[in-house]
Amino acid sequence: MPALFSRAWIWSWLATIVVFGLTLTLTGRNGAGGLAYAALAFGAFSVIVGLGQMLVITLGPGNVDLSIPAVMTLSGTLALKAMDAAPGTAFLGLAVALLAGLATGLANYILIAALRLPPIIATLAASLVYQSVAIWSNRGLRIKPPEALADFATGRSLGVPNVALVALVLSVAVWIVLERGAFGRWLLASGQNMRAARLAGMPVERVRATTYVTVALFAGLGGYLLASFSGGASLDMGQEYLLTSIAVVVIGGTSIAGGHSNVPGIWGGALFMFLVVSMLNSYGLGAGIRMVLTGLIIIGIVIAANGRRARR
Amino acid sequence: MTRLFARHRILLPVISLAVLLALTFWLQPRAMSYFGMNLLFNLAVPIALATVAQMFIIKVNDIDLSIGAFVSLVACLTATVLVQQPLLGVLALAALVLAYAGMGAIVRALELPAIVVTLGMSFVWGGLALFILPSPGGESPEWLSALMSVKPPVLPMAVWAAAVIAAVTHLIAIRSGIGTVLRGVGGNARAVARAGWPVVRLTALAYGLAGLFGVLSGMALTGLTTSAGADVASRYTLLSIAGVILGGGEFVGGRVSPTGAVLGAFTLALAASLLSFMRLSPDWQIGSQGAILILVLTARLIFTRRGATR
Amino acid sequence: MTGKEQGGAAVVALTDVAKHFGSVRALNGVSLEIRAGECLSLVGHNGAGKSTLVNIVNGTLRPSSGELAFPRAGDAAAAKAGIRSVFQELSLCPNLTVAENLRISHSALRGIGWRRKAAAEIGQSLDTVFPGHGIDPMVTVDSLTIAERQMVEIAIGFAPRGGAAELVILDEPTSALDAGIAEQLLTHIRRFCAGGGAVIFISHMLGEVFDVASRILVMKDGLVVADRAAGAFTRESLVAAMGHVAADAPEESTASERALGDEVVRTDRGLSARKGEIVGLAGLAGHGQAEALARLYLGSTSSWKSPREPRMVFVAGDRPRDGVLPLWSILRNASASILPRITRHGLVDRAAEEQVAAEWKQRIGIRTDDLANPILSLSGGNQQKVLFARALASTAPIVVMDDPMRGVDVGTKRDVYTMIRAEAARGRTFLWYSTETEEICECDRVFVYRNGTISAELTGTDICEEKILEASFELQETGT
Repeated sequence: MPALFSRAWIWSWLATIVVFGLTLTLTGRNGAGGLAYAALAFGAFSVIVGLGQMLVITLGPGNVDLSIPAVMTLSGTLALKAMDAAPGTAFLGLAVALLAGLATGLANYILIAALRLPPIIATLAASLVYQSVAIWSNRGLRIKPPEALADFATGRSLGVPNVALVALVLSVAVWIVLERGAFGRWLLASGQNMRAARLAGMPVERVRATTYVTVALFAGLGGYLLASFSGGASLDMGQEYLLTSIAVVVIGGTSIAGGHSNVPGIWGGALFMFLVVSMLNSYGLGAGIRMVLTGLIIIGIVIAANGRRARR
Repeated sequence: MTRLFARHRILLPVISLAVLLALTFWLQPRAMSYFGMNLLFNLAVPIALATVAQMFIIKVNDIDLSIGAFVSLVACLTATVLVQQPLLGVLALAALVLAYAGMGAIVRALELPAIVVTLGMSFVWGGLALFILPSPGGESPEWLSALMSVKPPVLPMAVWAAAVIAAVTHLIAIRSGIGTVLRGVGGNARAVARAGWPVVRLTALAYGLAGLFGVLSGMALTGLTTSAGADVASRYTLLSIAGVILGGGEFVGGRVSPTGAVLGAFTLALAASLLSFMRLSPDWQIGSQGAILILVLTARLIFTRRGATR
Repeated sequence: MTGKEQGGAAVVALTDVAKHFGSVRALNGVSLEIRAGECLSLVGHNGAGKSTLVNIVNGTLRPSSGELAFPRAGDAAAAKAGIRSVFQELSLCPNLTVAENLRISHSALRGIGWRRKAAAEIGQSLDTVFPGHGIDPMVTVDSLTIAERQMVEIAIGFAPRGGAAELVILDEPTSALDAGIAEQLLTHIRRFCAGGGAVIFISHMLGEVFDVASRILVMKDGLVVADRAAGAFTRESLVAAMGHVAADAPEESTASERALGDEVVRTDRGLSARKGEIVGLAGLAGHGQAEALARLYLGSTSSWKSPREPRMVFVAGDRPRDGVLPLWSILRNASASILPRITRHGLVDRAAEEQVAAEWKQRIGIRTDDLANPILSLSGGNQQKVLFARALASTAPIVVMDDPMRGVDVGTKRDVYTMIRAEAARGRTFLWYSTETEEICECDRVFVYRNGTISAELTGTDICEEKILEASFELQETGT
């Protein structure tokens, strides 16, 4: 099994390296540093929400959170509104964003557990409501983040983007919980067979609730950082992360059938997703062709990663 | 007991549609006319077709996140190529149906997660649509617009169309032998394979049917709006999933209802009109759609619980 | 079917058939002919190669070497030669009706009105095999009980389906059936064979084997070790041939010697147990025993909390549904219920985990060289041992067991009986639902279930087949 795990994420990393190389053949080697930096900075957001999505997908078939974009938008909007560009409010904003995440996560879980809705439908329906709340609270205002926060979100430490460092810390924490923690065991067991896990005495409801709250917290943090990074919240800022969050999980080698997750793969998937688009951009392709190729490449990676498993 | 439950399954979509309809008529009595109904339900026809397409995919335990992009692509093709070079247009649409079948074959043969493959394909369809029609425009073939604006007796076209779609898909998905086997794939694919059925080809058939109804949906949409754009139907992905579930379908186990799916699609279409009648602040329109969805599903939960305790 | 002569060309003939899965030799060169009119019983431990042999005969697996032929049909395909399989795990589509399920395995049913034809055919087959079954062909399978589903599956196996069944393979067909229905099936098998059909019958219930088989084939480690007419075996010689020496009747074990403590379980529906007691739940299959245990277990534990010292643990009988975590190793499966006890600051102490698992591997005899192997690499019986280890490794004073011996071989059963008695002597309480009288007789006290409620409570010498049956059927005698 360990050998299999290691191979599950190596695919996304290989693909990332190939795409990185292909881009450099056009932009020249001088661009390497800049490209890597951009990939880390933009990929960090995919990693943060991708980690949450991974935990949910690990819960087993049918578990997926479609409300990530709405939660990102909502928490980004509310946080910026609370801070109102005033200096020294960065932590207040963070608290607001995390509170928004907590509230939406709990709401999602209540819909799923109390109303027994399939998670896809529950998070989808709830995301429409969150979106409305975001629209209502935003009212087309464009508030800038406090300067110090914007500097942090766009800045770097030791040559690495700060947002990437945040994503790294989160990744390590998630990895430890999954690999070594009792909670990780419970989560992985629930994903394989919820009923068997319950009958083995595991607190499956607590696991499910924690997971849905965690993904929303991660989305809240992601929204907060993204809004600070891009100089303000907009109503469609989370949109692309619906597909991206699922894509990075699957490209990274996490089993969509649940019960098995892969943290390093999330990074491979996130960097890859960014690099593909920038590669196609640098080849000067039109928007239509770029989309077609992105889609085909995603499918190709999934076939390569899964076909190996099927033929095993 | 289960028969009771099965009856409830179709009862709920019927009731929720009736309640919404009654509310609408109460708020806007003028809607209770041939013309008003036509206005209310016109856009429901392509949604219903897309929902039926989604139903065929859910029937074999998969989920299609690309149907919205696909319908948009079909609409773009219909509004351009089909008008300028009808033969080429028909061939292109046929090729799209085959592509859908191929997608199903790949998903099943390589045991790929459909949710991801269709996600990837949504990029492909969307990209192709952008390529064909970079900015909204085009025109509907005249015969198609004429067909979509036909005025049949007694009830408007949309209602007749719904009846026809429900009847045809009920025959295909529930009554026919092959439809039964397809539901078997959703219920217990291993058992079906053991009995000697080529499950990959069956899945391809289910996807092919979905592609066919997706093509019909895109054509109907173009006929109604007389133009197209690359993201004209992007909402259909979520609407179609919601429609199938509202109609009493379940995500796994091959439990779907074609009639319910059509009713679910009409309910969702009506919900949008109802909200504008209620003069809701536009801020809350999307949110109320979500709330209605939650409300109906809660009602369904109460129904099924009652059914189960009998 | 009465026209067929007995004997003649074999229905199926295997010549030196072997099957390897990688380095595992599941079947090691088997030659075998089955003729019309024969009821061949296949016995052997889990992992002896029975399933592999059967899957080669029905065409699911292709032999690695050797030849498979259907001389009587002169056809190379099992399906066309009238070979039918009824599998141990249920293989119906739960969302379809009984009649529609027949359509799945009978593709020639088509055209307008196929549903009615299918309903008539399956109805007739059910009437033939299980007279008075009371199953409506037009209801969906998920509304049937497990036993009814099994009956439908068997009826589909025997249905004509456009041709005629030549050879029907029944793999543990009676596991979910109660005695009366099982007897109907055995009667039908005899009738079917007398009419010129052939049957391969796999069962762990030796009584049934002797009841119905005309010939018994004993398998061990992928080989046929004995192949004789059924009359040439005795119960003892058969068990000996399988490789397990029949132990003598269990030594004095029951509560008379063991000191029972205070009452630790009492439900409002009358189920109770005392400390150190082995309590049996008996009665016909599907009369509410499993539900009573599930209710008790789920009611006494929480899906929010996971205490270090749980009050109760559960041993599943339906392994794929309730027990096994298929992606995990044996180790992780075994330690699933003790995680809170070996967790420090939220992290699992892996050394402690391995120690506990190794100890239980030893004590319960899980046959593997490495606990890191995937759980699915084990045979069914060994998987079941892992589930026992999972439960017994916990400190829980009460162990709930939901028919845990399904598909478990005789040797494992004996091991487990001993283990349970030893644990009970240490003060653990067992609640044990079983469909087999032999297991129920291991208990100190027995509750017999009928129609979802307790119809009798038996203790001491009253625990015998006769009394249990009496309590299971009483209603039908007085209910006129």
